[in-house]
This record gives sequence, structure tokens and C-alpha cells, in this order.
Amino acid sequence: MTAAPPVAPTAPGDPVAAVEGRVAGARSRRRRRAASVVVALSAVALTAAVASLVLGAAGLTIGDVLAALVGQGSPKAEFVVLRLRLPRALAAVVAGSALGLGGALFQTTLRNPLASPDILGITGGASLAAVGSMLLLGLEGPAVALAAFAGALIVAALMWGLAWRDGLTGIRFVLVGIGLASIVSGLLGWLLTRAAVREASEALVWMVGGIGSIGWPELATAGGAVVVLLAATAVFSPRMPLLSLSDDSARSLGLDVTRARLTAIVLGVGLVAVATALAGPIAFVALVSAPIARALVGHGQAALAASAITGAAMVLVADLVAQHAFAGVAVPVGIVTGLIGAPYLLWLIARGNRKGSDG
Amino acid sequence: MNRSAPHTLRAESLTLAYDGRTVVEGLDLEVPDGRITAIVGPNASGKSTLLRGLARLMRPVAGRVTLDGRDIRSFAPKEFARRVAVLPQQPVAPDGVLVSELVSRGRHPHRGWFGGRSSDDDRIVAEVLEATGTSDLADRAVAELSGGQRQRVWIAMVLAQRADIVLLDEPTSFLDVSHQLELLDLLTQSNREHGTTVVMVLHELNLAARYADHLVVVDAGRIAAAGDPSAVLTAQTVGSAFGLECVVAEDPVSRSPMIVPIGRYHQA
Repeated sequence: MTAAPPVAPTAPGDPVAAVEGRVAGARSRRRRRAASVVVALSAVALTAAVASLVLGAAGLTIGDVLAALVGQGSPKAEFVVLRLRLPRALAAVVAGSALGLGGALFQTTLRNPLASPDILGITGGASLAAVGSMLLLGLEGPAVALAAFAGALIVAALMWGLAWRDGLTGIRFVLVGIGLASIVSGLLGWLLTRAAVREASEALVWMVGGIGSIGWPELATAGGAVVVLLAATAVFSPRMPLLSLSDDSARSLGLDVTRARLTAIVLGVGLVAVATALAGPIAFVALVSAPIARALVGHGQAALAASAITGAAMVLVADLVAQHAFAGVAVPVGIVTGLIGAPYLLWLIARGNRKGSDG
Repeated sequence: MNRSAPHTLRAESLTLAYDGRTVVEGLDLEVPDGRITAIVGPNASGKSTLLRGLARLMRPVAGRVTLDGRDIRSFAPKEFARRVAVLPQQPVAPDGVLVSELVSRGRHPHRGWFGGRSSDDDRIVAEVLEATGTSDLADRAVAELSGGQRQRVWIAMVLAQRADIVLLDEPTSFLDVSHQLELLDLLTQSNREHGTTVVMVLHELNLAARYADHLVVVDAGRIAAAGDPSAVLTAQTVGSAFGLECVVAEDPVSRSPMIVPIGRYHQA
């Protein structure tokens, strides 16, 4: 049934036609701005990626790198670029975009800037499972990644189950998540204190989050999963503007809010789980990316694409800093993102308190 | 005029509860088609809950709400939203969202699975912006508007749904008296011009009596009285439902009943 009434023919000087033009104009301005933000962020990411391929002890030029990429370089250049640096850059893109998009899905769906998978214990669940599998079961490699993935899903399912009460409201989900996050981090601390020093330090390296030793097979698996999740999110995304209204408003506009929220959370958990399984819990990228993207895109948009690219650019840049900024020592990328993200979190909490709101 | 068909919205022995606490009990109500209905009642009488029940925002504990004889829970969400539009109490817009975009979200029930716009979406959005006097605000952020402007924008979004039935939960609260009148005039205009059935929860009895064709007094989760305002709004009904001693006079402007409360320090 089309409830829309017949549209009257547009007379010249018709005030409604003028307003119609402004409505369409505002929309295209909004889209142009979102598109230029995506282009600009992609340029930042691409520049950082190229820099990460060129910079380093091997002393390669851009020409060497390009030759190696098309298979025409020296064996040394090909080894450095194709075996070491390219997988590292691509891992940054895969993990960063998954974390950025996962955070955006959580924050918009739960309507709370604090509601990021790293604050809510999703990444913590991944860490706990990964570290547990290393310390208790002696697993390593892909098995640890699988455990991390399962851990993220288990925490998310627990959160859903505990927060469900005749429907699901954002704030209860957030509070349950914060509670679970502290339980998870307590268990993690307990695991680490009872482990042998050498094993504990291995676990700690994983927990900081790094992309230094990722090979092509893991990358292909994680990349494939992220592409599928990105596509699913794109199909789902027309519901985001409604989810950002109140539940009652969204429902009265014909959205099945519980199902839409479940879908968004499942997609977000999947993305964060893949990223964490691949690169460890890279701190704060999920929390920080979406607010940056939303501020750039403006107009209260969910800014999903921009959030994904912000996440990728952030991990690429942070990894460049981590590798080259500290003289002589390369640090894991998670240290640098932590240095960016922690002050932001403090600012967010301080601002939320001043406003007397939950953020 | 623009209406597609007459509709019957009806509550049948409807019982609604929050967390096991019954708020509306065994209530029967038929919303008169193409008219303006106001639901009034003291605080915590269940009037907003009743509206939420009619709006499909709550699942009944017992009984049901039907639209054209069909249980409203059997409608697909968008199918229902094309017939019944709802303005919840104190809606919230995300920071920074522009008026024209918020109003465009009212077109969602008419869009397909991938959210594609239909060709006349912009035309309809422009029409409701004009009708609500908000077209000059189209490029402004909702958050920076005054309370009265913002409420008109939300009404515009609801009207953009082009539903035959519009339900509003206290649309005039937090507005000063001139903006209250402006808003109620706007709803009356929609009712007169498009035949829209309007159901609203109102606090202000005299405005309810003036603007409603059909007045429903809810008290303790049941209907205390319903019908033409002049028949319903008696000193006796107001006394028992609101615990308010009053004199009922005639509104010199609209000839509808007008409540003049008495209080402790004055005498009738």
C-alpha cells in the first residue's frame, strides 16, 4: 500500500518546491562532506602505509618498494617488503578498520560514546581466552586467535543475556558490560600472577597488541572475514539513523529495534573479535575512531565508513610511530594507541560528569 | 481528503504492566475515526501507558489492540508505521542532526529494505516543513532550536510518515501557552485538511476540552468517562478523577467546557 498522497504538480514560484530544493540540497551537501572525509582519511592511511613500506633499516627507496611489489625487486627488497612490511601494513588496515567500525556500531547502537567494545569487556574477553589458552592449555599461533575470537563472543553473549529484560536498553547493556570488563580483567590478572615469568611475559606481549609478526595465512583469513562483515554492515547501515533516535521513536518509524540492535552488536562483536584474534587487543582504537569520524563528518551521522577508515589510518600511523619514533626501540602498536586513547577516555568521563549525564 | 481508507483502532480488555505492576487494566476503547481524541487523567493514571499500548510500544499482558480488526502485533513494523505514527514523550535527536534530515527519517516506513528514497520523499518532507512552519529551519541543527520550534519539527517528522492515525504523548508539555496553542492548531489543521485521526495525551484540561472532539478521562488504569467534552467534563468527573474541586464554566471562545479550579483559599 502506498499511503503517500498524489503529488501536486509543481507550479512556478511554488514555496513547497523551493523547500524541496533545499531539502535535496542539504542532503547532497551532507553526502559530499562525508565523501570528502572518506577520501581525505584514505589519503592519510595510504600515505602512512607507503611510509611504512619505505621506512626502516633496510634503506629502501620508493622505487625499490614499487619494484618489489610487482615482483621486479631485488631478493632482499622483496623479502623485506613482501614478507615483513606489507603484511604488517595490511594487518594494520584489517585490524584498524574492524576496530573502528566495531566501535562505531556499538556507540551508535547503544547511543553512548563510552559504549565501546574495549570498555565493555569484549576485547577483554578475547584477551582472557587468548591468555588462558596460552598459559593453561599451552596453545600458540592460530589456536590462540581462535580462542580470542571465542572469548569475545562469549562475553558478548553473557552481556546480552544479563542485560536482557523484556527488551534491551542501551544503558543497562553498558553497565553490564563495564561490570563484565572488570571481572574479565580480574581473572586475567589472576592468570598472569600464577604463571611462570617467561610465559607471563609472552602473554603480556600478546595483550599489548602488535602487528609485527603476522604472516599471510592469518592475514588472508582475518581479511576475508572483515570483508564479509564490512559488506554485511553496509547492507545493514540504512537502519543506523533510526537506531540513533530513542527506542520509542525508532519503533514508531517501523524499525524492529531489538532485532536491529542485535544485528549491529553481532556485527560489531564479529569485527572486534577478528581484529583482536589477529593483532591482540590494540588499545582504544575502537573507542576513539568513531568519535573522530563523527566529528569530521558532522550532522549527527553514524559515519560508519569514515570510522572504519579512521581506525585503519590510526593503527597505521600509530604503528609508524611505534616503530620509528623511539630511538632504537620499536614498541608494540598498542602502546601508542593507548597513549592516544587514555587521555581521550579521561576527557570523555570528565565531560560526561560535568554535564551530569552518562556521556 | 488525503485519506486512503477509514480505520478502526480499538483496545479490547487491554491490560498493560511495567515489571509486573499493572498500570492499565481491562480497558476497552474505540478511537473515533477522523476525529481528535484527547486522553486526560491525573499523574500516574496510566494515560501515557495507554497511548504506548495503542502505539504498539508495549506488549499487552492481556487483551489486545486491533487496527481494522487485526491485532496490531500481527502487522510488520513498517506496515504498522505507515498507518499509525507516534510522537513519544520527549524525543531525543542526535547532536548535530539537521531539521531536514530528521524530518526525512519520517519517510522510513515507506522505504525499501536498502533504505532507498522514493521520488516524492523530498516533496512530502517539504510539504510538512511548510505545514508546520519549519521550512525556514530546514538547514539548522535540531539541538540549537527553541523548545517550541523543536516540537514543531518532531510533529513534522511524524506527519512525514503520512499515516492516517497520529498518536502523541504529551506533545505540549514544556511549551509556553502560545506555543501550546500553536501546536494544537497545527494538529487540528492536519485533522481538518487531511482527515488525520489524532489521539493525544494532554495535561491541560481546558485545552483538551477545546481541541478534542472526543475526550477520554483515565483514572487508575481504567476509563472513568469518555465522550463529547461537554458531556464528560463535569465537576463530578473532575472531582472524582483528579480530586479537584472546581466549577465548570463555558469557554467564551470555543463554547467548550472550561474548568475553573477552586482550591483552599477561595470559594465558588
